[in-house]
Amino acid sequence: MNITDILVTGEPLIYGAMVSIVLVSTAAIFLLTYFKRWGWLWREWLTTVDHKKIGIMYILSALAMLFRGGMDALMMRIQLAFPGLNFLDAQHYDEIFTTHGTVMIIFMAMPFLIGLMNIIVPLQIGARDFAFPFVNAVSFWSFFFGAMLFNISFVIGGSPDAGWTSYTPLAGAAMSPGPGQNFYLMGLQLSGIGTLATGVNLMVTILKMRAPGMKLFHMPIFTWSTLVTCFIIVFAFPILTVALALMTIDRIFGSQFFTLTGEGLPMMWANLFWMWGHPEVYIVILPAFGIFSEVIATFARKRLFGYHAMVWSMIIIALLSFLVWVHHFFTMGAGAFVNSVFSVSTMLIAVPTGVKIFNWLATLYKSKIEFTVANLWALAFIPSFVIGGVTGVMLGMAAADFQFHNSYFLIAHFHYVLIAGTVFACFAGLVFWYPKIFGHKLNERIGKWSFWLFLIGFHVCFFPQYFLGLDGMPRRIFITRIEEWLPLNVISTVGAFGMGLGFAVFVFNIYYSYRYSEREKTGDPWNGRTLEWATPTPIPFYNFATIPHVDGIDYYLPMKEKGETTYDESKLEPIHMPSNSGQPIIMMAFFAFASFALVFEWIPLAIAGLIGGFIMMGVRSFDYDEGYHVEVDEIKRIERSARGL
Amino acid sequence: MKNKRHRSKWLFLIPLSLVFFLSGCEQMVVFDPKGPVAQSQNDLIIYSLWFMLGIVVVVFGLFAYMLIKYRDRPGRGDKDYDPSIHGNTLIEIIWTVVPFVIVIALSIPTVETLYDLEDPAAATSYEDPSETLDEEPLVIHATSADWKWFFSYPEQGIETVNYLHIPTDRPIEFRLSSADSMAALWIPALGGQKYNMAGMMNKLYLEASEEGVYDGRNSNFTGEGFTDQTFKVHAESEEQFNAWVEETKSEAPVLTQEKYDSLLEPGLTDKMEFSSTHLEWVNHATNDGRDYAVERHREAYKEKLHLDRDGVPSSHE
Ligand code: HEM
Ligand SMILES: [Cu+2]
Ligand SMILES: [Cu+2]
Repeated sequence: MNITDILVTGEPLIYGAMVSIVLVSTAAIFLLTYFKRWGWLWREWLTTVDHKKIGIMYILSALAMLFRGGMDALMMRIQLAFPGLNFLDAQHYDEIFTTHGTVMIIFMAMPFLIGLMNIIVPLQIGARDFAFPFVNAVSFWSFFFGAMLFNISFVIGGSPDAGWTSYTPLAGAAMSPGPGQNFYLMGLQLSGIGTLATGVNLMVTILKMRAPGMKLFHMPIFTWSTLVTCFIIVFAFPILTVALALMTIDRIFGSQFFTLTGEGLPMMWANLFWMWGHPEVYIVILPAFGIFSEVIATFARKRLFGYHAMVWSMIIIALLSFLVWVHHFFTMGAGAFVNSVFSVSTMLIAVPTGVKIFNWLATLYKSKIEFTVANLWALAFIPSFVIGGVTGVMLGMAAADFQFHNSYFLIAHFHYVLIAGTVFACFAGLVFWYPKIFGHKLNERIGKWSFWLFLIGFHVCFFPQYFLGLDGMPRRIFITRIEEWLPLNVISTVGAFGMGLGFAVFVFNIYYSYRYSEREKTGDPWNGRTLEWATPTPIPFYNFATIPHVDGIDYYLPMKEKGETTYDESKLEPIHMPSNSGQPIIMMAFFAFASFALVFEWIPLAIAGLIGGFIMMGVRSFDYDEGYHVEVDEIKRIERSARGL
Repeated sequence: MKNKRHRSKWLFLIPLSLVFFLSGCEQMVVFDPKGPVAQSQNDLIIYSLWFMLGIVVVVFGLFAYMLIKYRDRPGRGDKDYDPSIHGNTLIEIIWTVVPFVIVIALSIPTVETLYDLEDPAAATSYEDPSETLDEEPLVIHATSADWKWFFSYPEQGIETVNYLHIPTDRPIEFRLSSADSMAALWIPALGGQKYNMAGMMNKLYLEASEEGVYDGRNSNFTGEGFTDQTFKVHAESEEQFNAWVEETKSEAPVLTQEKYDSLLEPGLTDKMEFSSTHLEWVNHATNDGRDYAVERHREAYKEKLHLDRDGVPSSHE
């Protein structure tokens, strides 16, 4: 075995990345050692089972992944706008769009939303933690190690290069040999299992742990969107797990599920992938809808218009999302009948989506709109998403899709829905709940700068791409040899840099606000409507000292009127809480090690890692730690100081 | 107040820029069809664009109205503020039914076009439905291989690599398949794409009604050479086409299996022509032929070429 078989060599960009990875890690290790923070890190974060801290770790990882995916995006855009520079060669470009797509969807969008759900959903339903806090930690670490495994591919072994869709036979062992594609398979598998567990966990939490009196149709809309999303996760992710496992067995153990040789069925991969993949796009869009609903209602100072219709349209969207996957390959040669069925089912999704758009608009009717940064992100979503939505309907018209498919028209469409939907929602949600999570607001002025830079950059970047598509420019090409395509590509790249700048300002805002923003005392900075704002800030680790009896939606409003709080000294009882545990991170580290070994097909090491992981599972099943009780006196002490009594 | 004027001016720019962009449509290939199939798709797209524009105008209008009218400006007080509205059955029914109607209006021509595209007569007599198909389609097998195109004309007994000649005003029946990874044949000026897959055959009907040279390409990612997996389509009169066939038949060399096998090796190749076709010994569209290329070149797929902008392996390797 040669070192060059493992480390990626020969690319100046990659050497640069290696150096910066080493520098950043060394700096982190140095700082932790210098400030004697290792124990703190272990006790407070790595072993935590607190849903709020796990949520924060999700969000931080997702922001880091947004940075990584964004750098990939900018590199692609530079290459496409300045073909003369010879910045990337074909192979490198292929690797970059593959990792960009995968990182953005699997390791950025979904974890960001899951992070927000982690923090907010238990608070919104008046729960003290997840139904299974230990499992929640396991899920996080499986996502985290999955993401790390995928990311190191770029310095160790080589990145995958068959697209985030990894169509076989291209992605099979014959045409994409080497560890790159294995990294994709193992990274997604590891994190996918965590997502599935989170889906089950949140579903049980929402169904079983709501505050007394809270009926399903009393739940805040973000919680509803989470519940619907969990159903999609629970039905869709097993498909991905199986598909990835089959391809792994193909590649590593030589079976013939998706190969050209041995009568495999390459097309089966496309079907399995999109049977998961289409619902997946709703996994990242429905929670976004929930966030926008919360933010718009709060800053319009009105109840959400058509709450029931909003919920039912999410449920219908979720059901339909499983019935449309063939629209990703209308060009596969299925007959006119099949294509017609899927074409119509695809367009039908526009109906409930349209209902939601009109409900948001009606929420603004006779309202008092405050243009806070959170609300700007939510409002900007409406027109931007409509552009993405109508072009989605156009793509759904199968006969027309023969011209749009695999072109820049598609690239423009899905960035319009993913960025205007998911990314705007992540920003809106983070800015909105930031004071609840971190105890201070983000600076509004800097926030507006980052918003406008990002929004304008976004439209400048992606709007021209519709026209590139209509002019015949396909996706995934590393150089545009047709001269007429160049001007719009240059414009698009300028826009991409605008978005990059907007993101940089956003991150700067986090630092600036940490240093200079006024600390939050009330716990209810926006005059909120739902229970998460009823807790004091910083939120005590048990969330609610006393849990209110809920009977209605937006329950915090009547509570405020009646002068009720979540702290009623006369009703205090000891609170049962789970103990921290190092087992989740150790367990998942073993599985990550096994996955890493499988990537390089080192079977004995993989088996060793698996055994380690299973031993940890055994340890867990004989672990009789029942948690502990927070005594009344301690609750009193914590609440009094938090509420300034 | 100053603020208000600013914002409405800005909103006005959105439809304006749309008009500006759409006025450039003439030049975009999809909107500049050179054959009946592309024409029918173009018409379908334009038809849908009107609906989409309508939706966009309505939503943007309502959106601008709400933002301007109901923003929390100083001195507005509680005028027009009613936090208790949270539903209205009638209006909710209306905005559910209207999108439904739009979906139906879009579905009907979509389904019609889908069925037409499957039938050479309907697909290619689009401009004049009364004109019935008087000629059998010209059959061309289009086979993609990493990263080139083989076009076999079984009737004429010739084969070209990376370029195509077709007669105008005659339907072409492409029989699509692939020697290795999945590709897609796309000639936007003549019509939309379909996938090429090993072990299967897809049929794609296209027709050119104007003479000219059109861009064709593989539009489904197949790896490193994908960007350059393109070809030119020379659409010419029946006579010119026949002359070209004759010339190719008499002057081009015979395609031997050995030559063909070496051409299948992953890599880029120039244009070529042969006076026989590879269909004589392998049809990649059949189950027997589908692992032909993989079996012969398994090792070659492992090599990364690192193609630079000129399509040659770049220097640092
Ligand atoms: C800074 C913003 C972004 C820019 C400039 C950008 C740019 C690009 C570019 C240039 C491509 C490759 C097009 C091609 O050659 O085929 C691409 C592909 C893609 N992007 Fe983005 N992107 C951005 C953000 C996002 C986000 C936020 C997501 C998802 C949440 C996303 C998801 C994808 C996916 C799934 C692909 C397809 C990858 C593939 O073809 O395998 N992008 N993007
Ligand atoms: Cu889909
Ligand atoms: Cu097939």
